[in-house]
Amino acid sequence: MNIIITIAVTALVVLYAGLFKAKKALLPLTLLGLLVSLGFTVCSWDQPTVHFGMMQIDNFALAFAGISIIGTFLIFLLTQRYFAENSPNVAEYFTLILFALCGIVIMVSYKNLSMLFIGVEIMSVCLYILAGIRKLNFASNEASLKYFLMGAFSTGFLLFGIALIYGATGSFDIDVIQNVLVNSVSNVSPLFYPGIILMMVGLCFKVGAAPFHFWTPDVYEGSPSLITAFMSTVVKTAGFAAFLRLFAGAFEPLHDFWMPALMVIVIITLCLGNITALYQKNFKRMLAYSSISHAGYLLFSLVVLTANSASNVLVYAAAYTFASIVAFAVLINVKQKTGSDDIESFNGLAKRNPLAALALTIAMLSLAGIPLTAGFIGKYVMFLNVLENYQIILVVIAILNALVGFYYYFRVIIAVYFKEGKEIELDTPMQYKVVLVVSTIVILLLGVYPSFILNLI
Amino acid sequence: MGSLFENMQSVPLNHYIWFCAIIFTIGVVGVLTRRNAIVIFMSVELMLNAVNLLLAAFSVHHNDPSGQVFVFFIMALAAAEVAVGLSIIVMVYRNTQSIDINVLNRLKW
Repeated sequence: MNIIITIAVTALVVLYAGLFKAKKALLPLTLLGLLVSLGFTVCSWDQPTVHFGMMQIDNFALAFAGISIIGTFLIFLLTQRYFAENSPNVAEYFTLILFALCGIVIMVSYKNLSMLFIGVEIMSVCLYILAGIRKLNFASNEASLKYFLMGAFSTGFLLFGIALIYGATGSFDIDVIQNVLVNSVSNVSPLFYPGIILMMVGLCFKVGAAPFHFWTPDVYEGSPSLITAFMSTVVKTAGFAAFLRLFAGAFEPLHDFWMPALMVIVIITLCLGNITALYQKNFKRMLAYSSISHAGYLLFSLVVLTANSASNVLVYAAAYTFASIVAFAVLINVKQKTGSDDIESFNGLAKRNPLAALALTIAMLSLAGIPLTAGFIGKYVMFLNVLENYQIILVVIAILNALVGFYYYFRVIIAVYFKEGKEIELDTPMQYKVVLVVSTIVILLLGVYPSFILNLI
Repeated sequence: MGSLFENMQSVPLNHYIWFCAIIFTIGVVGVLTRRNAIVIFMSVELMLNAVNLLLAAFSVHHNDPSGQVFVFFIMALAAAEVAVGLSIIVMVYRNTQSIDINVLNRLKW
């Protein structure tokens, strides 16, 4: 609870600091607030509490809240020289990102379906505005409108699902719903089945799993790069935490019913994301498709539910978050210099910028899932999880897709190291260097000592 | 209040469910087929209102107030969404002089 309060108060303080033209104080204030909330997260570890029957702060919630806060912290470090040049209203942007984070913390710790809805909406409404931050840029406008229409549409599905489940059980509390299911698995009210499917559709929209992914590439490409980084890392992680809490918790007794539908979604997501990513010339759009394919791998944890599902998602999400942040940091830097975010603009990057090139390479290796990086551990635990139930076909499809993934991730590495380019020299600010170094170290550490995070929850 | 409950209960629950499902479907079809951003937006509101009615009906059926409280949450958040959504539409209109979503095809694979 104090995590949410801290973040919300920080957001308001930052807004007022902006009102009084204290531009220099914005970033330190935000980072301080995030550090304090991270401190609260660490302090409440191993003390599960329930607040007002609405929010359940257990280790699951704390772990995902922690990773979201760390991800947001790194993204805020990247704001240096990013927003300030583009607009006089930096404080509003900071506030909106913080409010979105507030919604995310609610999303990962809800106990009542109404809190799920409120968390999703707080996050989404902030993101609609953030996607359209560049008011005069047409791509940004388009991204914002598309995101808004699709977001509102998916909220409708989510709500209809919630209403039907309420009709079947008479409660919004996920523990009560689970109890009802456990006690009457054989004769559940027929309202329950469409309810589950509609909620699955709504949540798949939010996490961008195919066939509900069509908004993702456009929105990710059109939004400002930093907001895309936030959407594809922190927001996605939160979406999966919410997915997991509901489907691995409350709807677990009906696993046999919803598993086939989910399996189809996983297979379509994997194939579509990876194969379309092959044809992308634009780095940002390629990352968008790669994020769709990673959503497919993350959904593996729900195909076979084991005691490890939550920690598997945590490992994968952590690996994906850090690697993506590095990729976006380098992208922002390159774009500021060359004005283009095509893969070609990365040609010959390594000659003058060894640090950025090395960090980008390690991030790409981690996204592809090469051993000794965090991404490998993430994929490994996911595959292992599914193999426990002998879903051989699924694993074969996933491994083929991982091989396809190698191709387009390595294309970036080849462009950076082996192609002749304009030999641009990036002027990487100090904070960018910090983010690059820290994220790279975390990726390698998680790749070598995964037990640290695997045993967290 | 009591008479309202009796009035609502005099209609069988199934009728509410079918009615709401039909309104919801009209909303979904509207979102998928219309090209005008404002009409799409209206269709989304139709979907949300179908949910509101359904929640109120279930709430009376279960004799449990939490469903009606949820309706208030949906209304409040839908209002917030309207505020943001309309301003996004105005922003797009200023740049393109159109609210037809077919104009929005600059981003393509």
